[in-house]
Amino acid sequence: MLFRNLMVLIGCLVLVTCAQETPLSYNTHIRPIFNAKCVGCHGGVKQAGGFGLVFREDALVETSSGKRAIVPGKPGQSELLRRIKHEDPELRMPLDGAPLTEEETALIHRWIEEGAQWEEHWAYLPMTKPQVPVLDDGPAENPIDAFIRSRLQKDSLVPASAPKKHELLRRLSLDLTGLPPDPEMLRRFLEDPDEAAYEKVVDELLASPAFGEHWASMWLDLARYADSRGYERDQARSIWQYRDWVIRAFNEDLPYDAFARNQLAGDLLPEPTREERLATAFHRNALSNDEGGTDNEEYRVVTVIDRVNTTWEAFLGTTMACVQCHGHPYDPLRQEAFYQSYAVFNNTADHDHVTEAPYLITYREKDEKKARKLEDWVREHAEEEAGAQVQKWVDMIRVREPRVRPYQFTEVVNGVFTDRGDEDWMFLTDGASLRLPPQDLTGIATLHLNYRLYKHARVEVRLGSLDGPLVGEEVLDEGGWSYNYHRIHLLPTKGEQALYLRFYSEEEGRLLGLYGVLYQEELPGETAPGYAEIEAFIDDLLAANDSVRTPVMAELAPVSRRTTTVFQRGNWLVPGDTVQAGVAAIFPTLETSADPGQDRLAFANWMVAPENPLFARVGVNRFWAQIFGRGIVETTEDFGSQGAAPTHPELLDWLAVTFSDDLAWQPKALIRLLVTSETYRQSAELSPELLARDPHNQLLARAPRKRLAAEQVRDQVLAVSGLLSDKMYGPGVMPVQPDGLWDGVPYSGMRWQTSTGEDRYRRAVYTYLRRSVPHPSLTTFDGSNRQACLSRRVETNTPLQALMTLNDPAVLECAVFLAKDLAERFETTNARIEGLMQRTLFRKATVTETESLNALYDEALVDYQTNLPAAKALTGVASPELAALTLVVNAAFNLDAFLTT
Amino acid sequence: MSNFHQEAHHRQAALNTRRLFLRQCALGMGGLALGGLTGCGPAVPSGMPAGVAEAFRFAPRARRVIYLHMAGAPSQLEMFDHKPELAKLHDKDCPPSLLAGKRFAFIQGTPKMLGPQANFAQHGQSGAWVSDLLPHFSQMVDEVAFLKAVHTEEFNHAPAQLLMQTGSPRVGRPSMGSWVTYGLGSDNENLPGFIVLASGGQEPSAGKSLWGSGFLPSVHQGVQCRSAGDPILYLNDPDGVSRDLRGRSIAAINAINQKQYEQVGDPETLTRIKQYEMAFKMQVSVPEVMDISQEPAYIHELYGTEPGKSSFANDCLLARRLAESGVRFIQLYNWGWDDHGTNKGTSLQHGLRDRCQRIDRPMTALLKDLKQRGMLEDTLVVWGGEFGRTPMRENRGGVTMPFFGRDHHGEAFTMWMAGGGVRPGITYGETDAIGYAGVRDRAHVHDVQATMLHLLGFDHERFTYAFQGRDYRLTDVAGRVIDRLVG
Repeated sequence: MLFRNLMVLIGCLVLVTCAQETPLSYNTHIRPIFNAKCVGCHGGVKQAGGFGLVFREDALVETSSGKRAIVPGKPGQSELLRRIKHEDPELRMPLDGAPLTEEETALIHRWIEEGAQWEEHWAYLPMTKPQVPVLDDGPAENPIDAFIRSRLQKDSLVPASAPKKHELLRRLSLDLTGLPPDPEMLRRFLEDPDEAAYEKVVDELLASPAFGEHWASMWLDLARYADSRGYERDQARSIWQYRDWVIRAFNEDLPYDAFARNQLAGDLLPEPTREERLATAFHRNALSNDEGGTDNEEYRVVTVIDRVNTTWEAFLGTTMACVQCHGHPYDPLRQEAFYQSYAVFNNTADHDHVTEAPYLITYREKDEKKARKLEDWVREHAEEEAGAQVQKWVDMIRVREPRVRPYQFTEVVNGVFTDRGDEDWMFLTDGASLRLPPQDLTGIATLHLNYRLYKHARVEVRLGSLDGPLVGEEVLDEGGWSYNYHRIHLLPTKGEQALYLRFYSEEEGRLLGLYGVLYQEELPGETAPGYAEIEAFIDDLLAANDSVRTPVMAELAPVSRRTTTVFQRGNWLVPGDTVQAGVAAIFPTLETSADPGQDRLAFANWMVAPENPLFARVGVNRFWAQIFGRGIVETTEDFGSQGAAPTHPELLDWLAVTFSDDLAWQPKALIRLLVTSETYRQSAELSPELLARDPHNQLLARAPRKRLAAEQVRDQVLAVSGLLSDKMYGPGVMPVQPDGLWDGVPYSGMRWQTSTGEDRYRRAVYTYLRRSVPHPSLTTFDGSNRQACLSRRVETNTPLQALMTLNDPAVLECAVFLAKDLAERFETTNARIEGLMQRTLFRKATVTETESLNALYDEALVDYQTNLPAAKALTGVASPELAALTLVVNAAFNLDAFLTT
Repeated sequence: MSNFHQEAHHRQAALNTRRLFLRQCALGMGGLALGGLTGCGPAVPSGMPAGVAEAFRFAPRARRVIYLHMAGAPSQLEMFDHKPELAKLHDKDCPPSLLAGKRFAFIQGTPKMLGPQANFAQHGQSGAWVSDLLPHFSQMVDEVAFLKAVHTEEFNHAPAQLLMQTGSPRVGRPSMGSWVTYGLGSDNENLPGFIVLASGGQEPSAGKSLWGSGFLPSVHQGVQCRSAGDPILYLNDPDGVSRDLRGRSIAAINAINQKQYEQVGDPETLTRIKQYEMAFKMQVSVPEVMDISQEPAYIHELYGTEPGKSSFANDCLLARRLAESGVRFIQLYNWGWDDHGTNKGTSLQHGLRDRCQRIDRPMTALLKDLKQRGMLEDTLVVWGGEFGRTPMRENRGGVTMPFFGRDHHGEAFTMWMAGGGVRPGITYGETDAIGYAGVRDRAHVHDVQATMLHLLGFDHERFTYAFQGRDYRLTDVAGRVIDRLVG
């Protein structure tokens, strides 16, 4: 044993002396050893013996034994080295595991000797634009190819040959627009002798409206977009305007930094546009729970937690789920970091309420005109800061915020507030009274009560106490089951004061369910002509119920702000220390302003700032993964130390810097760069040798071969048959699905009403998505049910998929339609089969295809000739030829080549 | 981290569904490796992927699971938990000590105590208490282990059901059935490994998330077999396509795909060819196994089944047929047990009695039938709701209800297990005099799950899957095996 130790020592000396000039890299040499062998017990959570290796400060302190595990520069005094070499198995580390190899031990020895320098994990390190490698066989036109090929050269691999033009165009079109190419485009591409022919079709596809529809699908998985709320009843949610926003953002090439920032905090930008407010529906896609007995605050908390996790995963590739309950076991994130982010999102006005307020209201045309006139009036007559004034009115008229809600009422008498599931209004009976939180009443002219009325009632408003001066009163005698607004004029008052409301009635029982109170400032321009007409618009607009209401983010008024604490062990009922908005020390500092109401915007700006390298790396990797089938970092959701290492780290950084600087964050420019590379323009064919050497195509010595996504499976069949509608935008549609799928959802009257006309043939991105029962075509082909942010769909290959593409009536309808078309255009069976392969795969039929499909046709024809009712049942027409051809078309829809790129 | 390995694992797991490895294991065939570091673990089936094999450490007592979930949460105080003291307190105000610091779904203010609305007697050698609402089941108590003090933190249906079935009250985790089929594969290459049957007119509150595969490969998600329409979606060929023509079209598809594979060399193409073959076989095997009309008359008499209808009885008989055919995890949901007393149908006096009558004979028949076929010993049968019900009478909105009902209650409720290595004829756990809380041998939901996995051969703490930077498991960060339940 002594001899062995001696050998190790000699080994160390040799190593040290040989490589004196270049110090070891913590990330390259040491972290992999610690992560594999040590952090399971000595990590960020479990710090056995008072020793953890995630933070340098934890690693250098005195441990429970009184010794220091690592003494920089002094290997002899470092207990760690003694323990990994210890002879006694009870003391030797890792306990119960294989000992470290001599080489590993030597590396650690040398690293401690060199000062035990820590290095942050690669993903958190600042970026510099790497040099484009120079290849032996001359420069590459597209730098991507230089990076890819220089790596291939190391493994003595060569890129695959160029694919056939029709194959390339089909793949390009499916990757860029989600749809197969238009036959006309293919013809032009094949005939175009221009060297730039390929670039032309790339630009044409990038400009197609279908581009945004395709890329929206990817983003909607991350945004967990759905048309329902989730959980038990899973009722409808009207948030399709957000989907439209995403499609438009991609089509208009909204820069990625603005795209991200607007979704987190568009409402806090100075004078936000309608589109910027709509973007914030991103985080209103979180589930909400209307089940009868659920605690609304509990599910609001669940929602905020989801927003923290989604923000960090979607934009920053960081898994925060661990940190909700304790420090991160592997990455340098302490538990506070979760709640510092929680604080960023903890002060929006939504609160798991059944109305899904606050929402951005899109008025019908007649009301929209009034809203515009009202806003113009304020702009024209505002005495100071017209922009800010207009914003206040937009908030009130279009968002109906800030609103005081029942949970903020105090000193309540004769009021019942359940705050459960689908109820969060306060029921009031005769003599009820309550106190509103103090508020600056200077300039406040009117209170708008928001309630459901059951009985006639009278309300008094008093200042400072129930016996205070009467500043307003009103009779409430209009309304009914739906929420109404009723205004109460206030006598002019100044300063921050509490208002008290008291209700009277001649009648017994519940008078009303009070849901909220809006404060309204005086409309400026009282003396100007036309004032009365404009003033009356306020009531009209508040009463307008036939509008589209999209849930959006709105920040609480200062008086209503919540305090954020750590939840001990992640339990929301056990608050710990109070925290403020912030980020972990590993990141650049989050600079917040004096106004905590701006924290969300500060966070969004911090996130997209050039100082934060994660944002660009994670973003560019997502685009890459969509095009090449897997990310340069395979774990698109996790750039932490437990995620995959980048296969081409220099390429990743080169792309990230290029995207943020040279390309000004424009997604289309980035995608153009990717698909014009030679790496993209390779054939997907692979030899057994290449398959064995690089089974997952990490090195890209061939083009990726991808199974079509769920949306593409549907869209492609519609497109090639000619049935696809190109109608864009709007509420979700309901194409054919099996009967009765929604029947089992409890306490829900929702029905699947199969769409008629062209809505039956819309792209899958518009298919109504109910979380508890998504359309089977989505789930069967691995689509997300949108319960949570999803970075990668796991691809499966199952018999249920076969059953779907064989038997789904929607697929059959397309097959019949295409068969009729082919029968009309072509005379012979051979010509029809040729036509079929042209329409589906844009090429001539192979010998096997011609033989197999001809044989199938002949057999089916004989069958149907003797069984005309069967032919009619399949196609609606008693034609054996059409039925046989339909079966052939259906077979083509099931070919491996058709279902993959 | 090891996402390549995981994906390789998915593929491997998919292949395992076509392997009869456990059967081989039982017969001592196949290339067996010794499991566990100690060398005393069970023989690990050769097809089991390394990550799972490491968790497969105990000799499996159960090869399959039939789980009867009474959605809505049945009242333990009317069925199994005999509380004569509660009868004496009937209609008295609930003492404040039971209410302080507690959260209820609907109870407000001071509710009244509510005595048991059924008569209890002891049965069998074991002397287990069962009420007169379950006369058939009373005869089987010696086959059963009762858990009288199960508890949960969740007191609303959807979250509590999710906790029970996925180990987490939030959506997105894999269900128990997915974990088990992921770990053990399937015994039948023509049927899904995890099948779900729902009766009672509605699906459970948490819906399809209860049998979702979460982050596990979707091939492991539960397949719901429906009593109306296609038993599995898109299973039936369209009108006008005969079985013969379907076979011919699949032959044509596979011939072309085979050629495609030879040219391009993508192994996924080969898998696709196999999946088309399996789909073709499923089109026969699924309707066959779902057709109960061929069962003999005495079996229909035993279960109380009526072919062609949707009922819990039919589902119980289907469960036995599916178990016989090698389905790994069979999950039954029966809806409607949420007896708040807001109307006759959800009252303890009426609705509960009717529902007990509808499950009593079939669930008893299922145990008898499995036993007479020698299948009970390796089939784990589990019965329970997502929580229990309060000893107090529900008074939502501070109002007295027209009928007797109880609110949601997570502190203590009854489950039972039978077969599959469970020690029969025992009662584990005890509640206080009024059945409010467990006072001895409490079992958390995660303990129940840990015990089930143990009976199937798994160490629940090692049976993990890496996702989003952490290792997830069914029992989250908790759970202990209840040794006394293991026979």
